[in-house]
Amino acid sequence: MLTINDLKASIEGKSILNGINLSIKPGEVHAIMGPNGAGKSTLSSVLAGRADYEVTGGKVDFMGKDLLELSPEDRAREGLFLAFQYPVEIPGVSSTNFLKTAINEKRKYHGLEPMEATDFLKFMRSKMEEMEMDKSLTSRSLNEGFSGGEKKRNEVFQMAMLEPKLCIMDETDSGLDIDALRLVSAGVNKLRDGERSFLVITHYQRLLDYIVPDFVHVLYKGRIVKSGDASLAKELEVKGYDWIKQEVEAAV
Amino acid sequence: MSEPEEDIIDQVVSQEYKYGFTTDIEMEMAPMGLNEDTVRFISAKKNEPEWMLEWRLKAYRSWLKMEEPDWQNFNYPKINYQDIIFYAAPKQKIQLDSLDQVDPELLKTFEKLGISLQEQKRLTGVAVDAVFDSVSIATTFKEQLKEKGVIFCAISEAVHEHPELVKKYLGSVVPTTDNYFAALNSAVFSDGSFVYIPKGVRCPMELSTYFRINAENTGQFERTLIIADDASYVSYLEGCTAPMRDENQLHAAVVELVAHEKAEIKYSTVQNWYPGDKEGKGGIYNFVTKRGSCEGAESKISWTQVETGSAITWKYPSCILKGDRSTGEFFSVAVTNNAQIADTGTKMIHIGKNTKSRIVSKGISAGKSHNSYRGLVKINKKAENSRNYTQCDSMLIGDKCGAHTFPYIEVNNNTATLEHEASTSKIGEDQIFYCNQRGIGTEEAIGLIVNGFCKEVLNQLPMEFAVEAQKLLAVSLEGSVG
Repeated sequence: MLTINDLKASIEGKSILNGINLSIKPGEVHAIMGPNGAGKSTLSSVLAGRADYEVTGGKVDFMGKDLLELSPEDRAREGLFLAFQYPVEIPGVSSTNFLKTAINEKRKYHGLEPMEATDFLKFMRSKMEEMEMDKSLTSRSLNEGFSGGEKKRNEVFQMAMLEPKLCIMDETDSGLDIDALRLVSAGVNKLRDGERSFLVITHYQRLLDYIVPDFVHVLYKGRIVKSGDASLAKELEVKGYDWIKQEVEAAV
Repeated sequence: MSEPEEDIIDQVVSQEYKYGFTTDIEMEMAPMGLNEDTVRFISAKKNEPEWMLEWRLKAYRSWLKMEEPDWQNFNYPKINYQDIIFYAAPKQKIQLDSLDQVDPELLKTFEKLGISLQEQKRLTGVAVDAVFDSVSIATTFKEQLKEKGVIFCAISEAVHEHPELVKKYLGSVVPTTDNYFAALNSAVFSDGSFVYIPKGVRCPMELSTYFRINAENTGQFERTLIIADDASYVSYLEGCTAPMRDENQLHAAVVELVAHEKAEIKYSTVQNWYPGDKEGKGGIYNFVTKRGSCEGAESKISWTQVETGSAITWKYPSCILKGDRSTGEFFSVAVTNNAQIADTGTKMIHIGKNTKSRIVSKGISAGKSHNSYRGLVKINKKAENSRNYTQCDSMLIGDKCGAHTFPYIEVNNNTATLEHEASTSKIGEDQIFYCNQRGIGTEEAIGLIVNGFCKEVLNQLPMEFAVEAQKLLAVSLEGSVG
């Protein structure tokens, strides 16, 4: 599904990613962990196509397409979804209107007719039930006045609506209390269908108690320095990141 | 003026008295420039009664003594009034056989705006099926209106058919001496709409210039007069979302509204005149005086405007709240892109007791344009317990544009309550990227964000108009983000 090959990126001349290699197959859940400043959020931004970052080397293949050649909107239409760490507010735009526009833009890209308004509303209602979203969501302005937890749940709801192939979750757990974390994770787990892949970026292990990954990678100084299964996350929880840092420094 | 030209005018004027202007007239244009003879010429062309001519001449004479205002927040090249042709008879439009003959760029814009094929044909001068012809629709509508006693016609027609109403109300809200451009308009106005709603009548449909026969030829000095008698209601729509080109650079319209006791007038405008090229060259100057008078107790006047066109827009639709418990409202969206300038807002003059006014203004600037809100809320001595709520929001797209707010407040009665809220925001790259990441392209994203920003105002528009206006906002801002 996604193959990252020696990916390098910088911002304002400062090199952040120094050769990332990662391969994700359909249905797999990969977690990226690492200390602050390791390049975790940069990786998600580069994959989604944020213009602030300059890709200075490497390749990313997304289902046979050269991902880095695609515009951010085309990446989304191809099935890449980024759940933002800080979802933005768009005053005056209802979730309904926003999602309808997004879905129809995606359909247009794939040569499909726009969804009829009634079909769309039915679809949205069924997804809201499935994701246990509050009915008031449809008419509220997008993320405006939402609590931190509501914003993150709304990200997962959008994920359910847009039915992406690969979901990147950028520090979704940041700023969530334990109840909100449970709700958000439950939502994500509903969307695991054996086909859809996830790249879960997090600083803390606790999210991975709820979204159990198949693989865990440790990012440090813009490189993946260690990979393992879910037990690696537990180890990090106990030992912290320092031993990894020392290992890396020793190897240099 | 040279002798031969004077001769022509003399001939034309004398012709009028002899035969009227029903037969073919060879001359279709007034000579260039403005003097009393030009005013006489225009009046004669319209076969106006003496009192109308006198009214125009009086306006012209006061205009001569006035000076062009210069307090605005922008500059424009000096207008040479002797360089303008003040009257041109409707030109025969070139009839095309099909839309294939129309500029494809224009058709693209129509498509984006969702304008129907029939409407596209009408706007571009392609022959239209008889069934859809606006003239025949207009005729049907006229019948319905007649039943209710509603008068809806060209103001030139009203001068002849309803002189008592025109005499009574024309200039009653915007006097001929009100301001430089209003005086000019009063002297040379070409045509416009006249509406009278009788007592207790709720006008059965939205009145639109579009359905008025000859509406297209109102020219650059449009004059509109709407009177709502006691306990009546009317909603009037002006303009259309389709881009309008015009050879006349200066447009100085006057609109007067009169609402009697318990009457309500809702006046909606969508203005999309040609804004000029990227540098603003060739664009239209839209210098308009719009004012409504809430004459009677519990009357209400509501202005809603969506301004996207013109090189320069300079207008302040206002309400004079004379009647006790009367209400004035102003909802505005002004969009400027490239080199466009808008200086717009409102005046709410509270005279009666317990009067209320509400102002919601949304300014959006992109490119290197400038967008100003300028408003006055005035509470007179006797306006006990008056209330005003003002909200001015500005949105900036890019970093070369400007948004300005000039709120003026004059309070002469300490029982008044005034609230003012203002905000300035920028369309953030974060917002656009967020939309992009959900598969929404940048132009669509801007349309979405801007429409969200303007929602309160767009909600005031009649349904079909609102849908068109939403698309118009998106189209107007195309290319505003690099």
